[in-house]
Amino acid sequence: MTGAAVIRLPQAGAHAAPASQAAQARRPAGSVRFQGLGKTYVSSAGEVQALQGINLDIEPGEIFGIIGRSGAGKSSLLRSINRLERPSEGRVLVDGEDIAGLGEAELIRLRRRIGMIFQHFNLLAAKTVRENVALPLRIAGVPQDEARARVAEVLRLVGLEGKEDTYPSRLSGGQKQRVGIARALVMRPEILLCDEATSALDPETTLSILRLLRDINRRLGLTIVLITHEMSVIREICHRVVVLEHGRIAETGPVWQVFAQPQHAATQALLAPLTRALPEDLSARLRDRAEPGDWQVIELPFTGEAAPDLAVLAQGVRLVQAQVDPIDGHAVGRLVLLAPPELDPASLSPNARRLGHVATND
Amino acid sequence: MSPQMIDRLIGAFLDTLLMVSASAGIALLAGIPLAVFLVTSGPGGFFPAPRLNRALGALVNGFRAVPFIVLLVALIPFTRLVTGTTIGVWAAVVPLSISATPFFARIAEVSLREVDPGLVEAAQSIGASRWHIVRHVLLPEALPGIIGGFTITVVSMIGASAMAGAVGAGGLGDVAIRYGYQRFDTTVMVAVIVILVALVSVVQVTGDRAVRRLRAR
Ligand SMILES: Nc1ncnc2c1ncn2[C@@H]1O[C@H](COP(=O)(O)OP(=O)(O)O)[C@@H](O)[C@H]1O
Ligand SMILES: [Mg+2]
Repeated sequence: MTGAAVIRLPQAGAHAAPASQAAQARRPAGSVRFQGLGKTYVSSAGEVQALQGINLDIEPGEIFGIIGRSGAGKSSLLRSINRLERPSEGRVLVDGEDIAGLGEAELIRLRRRIGMIFQHFNLLAAKTVRENVALPLRIAGVPQDEARARVAEVLRLVGLEGKEDTYPSRLSGGQKQRVGIARALVMRPEILLCDEATSALDPETTLSILRLLRDINRRLGLTIVLITHEMSVIREICHRVVVLEHGRIAETGPVWQVFAQPQHAATQALLAPLTRALPEDLSARLRDRAEPGDWQVIELPFTGEAAPDLAVLAQGVRLVQAQVDPIDGHAVGRLVLLAPPELDPASLSPNARRLGHVATND
Repeated sequence: MSPQMIDRLIGAFLDTLLMVSASAGIALLAGIPLAVFLVTSGPGGFFPAPRLNRALGALVNGFRAVPFIVLLVALIPFTRLVTGTTIGVWAAVVPLSISATPFFARIAEVSLREVDPGLVEAAQSIGASRWHIVRHVLLPEALPGIIGGFTITVVSMIGASAMAGAVGAGGLGDVAIRYGYQRFDTTVMVAVIVILVALVSVVQVTGDRAVRRLRAR
């Protein structure tokens, strides 16, 4: 990465540096390491290899996304972190500790350090909001006074004051997920696992929950590992992402990089809904070979690395389509330009690519 | 009806009430742990004990397959062993509760199985022990179904207690047989029927109301 060429946006991922420094200074809280992880389910229907050869590190304090098609193994991977699933092969280390050998009491202690939220919220219908959120404290034997204060504190954090005595069935989907988040946070965990936490919510509510998660990550510094099948969720809040395909890692890296230059077909397929196609009238007229007088259609990708010199665009170049998003402080997207025949695309940027030629009537 | 007959009916009603409540109490106390065990010790459960699970399952099915009147007679030696007698209210409580427990346990089992596995998983994720899951998730979430099942159990127990009355347990069934049937006293027969219908209705309405209140949350 050539520092000078990167478009750095104001809120650029400042979390990364302090977190990794802290990791070296003391024992990291909230790190996860998968070593050669494999998971095979054995059922009457036969064996299913859900995960294979997963090697991956999740850093303390980051928001890490897991994405892939349905059945790719996302939940199996996530659930191995709090040992809701046991690995068939390999190891899972939480803060450097192999969790395979934990006994029941130690496992309970581990799970109190790891919160989890679910697609369908999984709230107890027979308990009020307050009782749901207080349950982890109650079974951990936290004294009542302290428990009451902590429940009030997390309910304030998730914006649910005043709903303490309501039963979950009377809440909206977004409110239910807030209760889920409050319940997951009340033990002050160092890791929060989210399994499709926004998949049952409408887009607006999804956005508000994602903002809440990002806020929690910044304020409390906890590691968030989240599963989604929507790339837009990853783009919104994740720092790094892994793409799973048939139980293997297709690719992994910082979100802006994976978005800017997806290497794997699975990633490209997942990104397709986010990428706007060329305008209909343009793509219909596009041809590979130039006819006399044709203009060039040029794609100018922004990959967060070499930002093209916009001054060049002033010389008779027309903007046809633009889609550039800031992802974790990097500009990612593309411009589609109409340029006169004599212009050399490389003069715009080394990454510029000619998509074809079109006749222009003006 | 003579005053003596009215006294007799009141006494019989109280006997039936005692028989049914004692047996229902025992069925409740024994049936819920049995149901929890049947649910949690099966395949995929969190107290896995497949053999004991199968054995208990078979035992429960066995008791449920035997008609109450047959069970009543077959259990006479056991009843004598426990209560020292084979007639009277307490002698009836033994076969009544033995027949009601497996019946109720199966109904409670169904309700417990219907608890969303996602809730168990959520409880595991917050560091709940298996006992905590039973205590805070399975039982409270299945409660409406369990109460509904208990209501059905008590109603069918009222019917069975009348049957037990026929073989010397006392209670309303005894009065109906001895006076209503053997002495052709239609008034007594009608009185017994009215009392039984009222009793069943009260139980059913109370149970239904409790279930409705729990489900309305
Ligand atoms: N408990 C299970 N028993 C058998 N197969 C399972 C079980 N859980 C998941 N699988 C299978 O493992 C594969 C991966 O599942 P999962 O991790 O849930 O994928 P995802 O969350 O990406 O949809 C799927 O083929 C699924 O059918
Ligand atoms: Mg899944």
